[in-house]
Amino acid sequence: MKRIWSLKKADLVAIVPPFVWLVLFLLIPFLLVFKISFADLKFGVPPYTSLTQWEDETLSLTLHLRGYLLLLSDSLYLSTYVNSLKMAAITTVVCILIGYPMAYYIARAPENYRHLLLLGVILPFWTSLLLRVYAWVGILRSDGLLNTFLLWLGVIDAPLEIYRTDMAVYIGLVYAYLPFFILPLYATLVKLDMRLLDAAYDLGAKPWRAFVTITLPLSMPGVISGAMLVFIPAVGEYVIPEMLGGADTLMMGRVMWGEFFTNADWPMASAITIVMVFLLLVPLIVFQVNQAHRYSESERR
Amino acid sequence: MSTGVGGLNSFSGDANEFVRLVDLTKIYGDTVAVQGVNLTIQRNEIFALLGSSGCGKSTLLRMLAGFETVTSGQIFLDGEDISGLAPYQRPVNMMFQSYALFPHMTVEANVAYGLKQEGVPRNEIHERVYEALELVQMSPYARRKPHQLSGGQQQRVALARSLVKRPKLLLLDEPMSALDKQIRHNTQIELVRILDQLGVTCFMVTHDQEEAMTMANRLAVMTEGQIRQVGTPQEVYAFPNSRFVASFIGSTNLFEGEITVDEADHVLIDSPDLPRPFYVDHGVSEPLGMKVWLSLRPEQIRVTREVPSGDYNWGHGVVSHMAWMGSYALYQIRLDSGKIVEATMPSQLLLQFEPPGVDEEVYVCWGRDSATVLAS
Repeated sequence: MKRIWSLKKADLVAIVPPFVWLVLFLLIPFLLVFKISFADLKFGVPPYTSLTQWEDETLSLTLHLRGYLLLLSDSLYLSTYVNSLKMAAITTVVCILIGYPMAYYIARAPENYRHLLLLGVILPFWTSLLLRVYAWVGILRSDGLLNTFLLWLGVIDAPLEIYRTDMAVYIGLVYAYLPFFILPLYATLVKLDMRLLDAAYDLGAKPWRAFVTITLPLSMPGVISGAMLVFIPAVGEYVIPEMLGGADTLMMGRVMWGEFFTNADWPMASAITIVMVFLLLVPLIVFQVNQAHRYSESERR
Repeated sequence: MSTGVGGLNSFSGDANEFVRLVDLTKIYGDTVAVQGVNLTIQRNEIFALLGSSGCGKSTLLRMLAGFETVTSGQIFLDGEDISGLAPYQRPVNMMFQSYALFPHMTVEANVAYGLKQEGVPRNEIHERVYEALELVQMSPYARRKPHQLSGGQQQRVALARSLVKRPKLLLLDEPMSALDKQIRHNTQIELVRILDQLGVTCFMVTHDQEEAMTMANRLAVMTEGQIRQVGTPQEVYAFPNSRFVASFIGSTNLFEGEITVDEADHVLIDSPDLPRPFYVDHGVSEPLGMKVWLSLRPEQIRVTREVPSGDYNWGHGVVSHMAWMGSYALYQIRLDSGKIVEATMPSQLLLQFEPPGVDEEVYVCWGRDSATVLAS
């Protein structure tokens, strides 16, 4: 690996700005939160104690582990983590099942239609998420659009209880994150060399076999990056479970919000955040390193 | 030998006939890509379809592979009409121009792919894959991925992959176009050796006339969706049937002319570019007074300082350009009429005497059997 000081000036110009950006807006805030997670509650501004103290010619560093211990001892937090991961995982799987055919269809559509269809995927971003989730409230409520329509059709006798349930949260999450899955997958599929499929047909593969053996494996990078773009933010999602979920819909975002704003317990909220970041970060880093390793491995041979 | 359209439109029930295209046509919207092509390909021959880009040769190839549907006409392979079959149902395999190797599979898996689709038993797949890789000398690379191979090696894998299913017809799409010029020639010879060894019937498409001449037993020249001439490389080179073919296969000098004398054993043709008429030592089917063209290959024209004897087949001019090409020298000579002709002179000859230089006055002459009379 090249060392930073052996790089040329031009390389440095390219590398330094993103590094500065990451340090300023990612690393420093993270370290601040990390620090607060080891503090104790205090009335005043800021509402937490400082970690270091200078007294009697002694510099003492006090680490309060209250937040972390509470996380481990109170089963509410643990089940919230598990539930958040579960809901994010199910959301991701549903996004894959719905998003793959959509991305595939868009990538295979005639070129002049493609941009129109892509626009349809991106268009919702032009309005605020809050508004769009509110729209779902209007649709899913017991006297909402969906129930009124189904009752009118005569399919159901009594309104379906969707609003303020986990089901509503899943609908909201899939709705909000589907474009994040479609776009990277589309980018992968549209680049796929169609001659490879011709070659597969030529060698005797029926269309379905060609899809499973050629298109699917070659689109995996798109599926993986799309899935990550859905899974990671979905774990910490706050707005959707808050607006569509029931009182018993346990998700990290809501718990964090509660600790920060309702209980004003910054150290506790920080501890929850730190644990969540590590829960997500560690498997991601392992995965990335693994990918990079495999890539350089195959390049070197 | 007549210079007429030889072989075209003739459907004799040849026992060796293996592939037959009947009135094959492909129309996209209002563009005719392939127009009423009739062709026969013999068993075990290498047949080249030669044409510049956009002439319809790729569309024709894709119809043979099954990637394009046939607008009208039929494709017979070994007596069976395959024009309605899907690509995966045809006993035809193709080596793609860009090779189209599956990037996520090893060399071995690439070659095995076709056999797996056929449901060949595992141990037989292994055996046949290694047999095919052995044939192209790629078995040491079986575990590599395509991107770890050089262009030449990728081509060998692509060839093995298209041969391993023992197709009745092998299609080659511009087989050498992705290779460096240096290795192209040897690869062409090697490929012909492998195909001959296996006795595969092969249909190739190329824009490179040298490639077609080197590899093919017979070739067809195509332009604007139509076949212009079919024959062995020697036939097509020596007896082109049109100005298009004459200038497409090799380079040539074309003279406009008018038949003035038509005897059984010779004709005389006047050209505005030369003070003396052409003497051609065979009769032609074109009527007296008809406008024709004459094709003279550069190697048929001799450049000298002496005045040639006789009343026919020579001209006078000035050397306007000379290029040393290695094995021969290329002369451009401006005739007195202003027309530029190209002539080549073998290198050995250049060493025997002081060759004419630029701006020197010279005479050009050619034999009675040199010029080819073209009606179109």
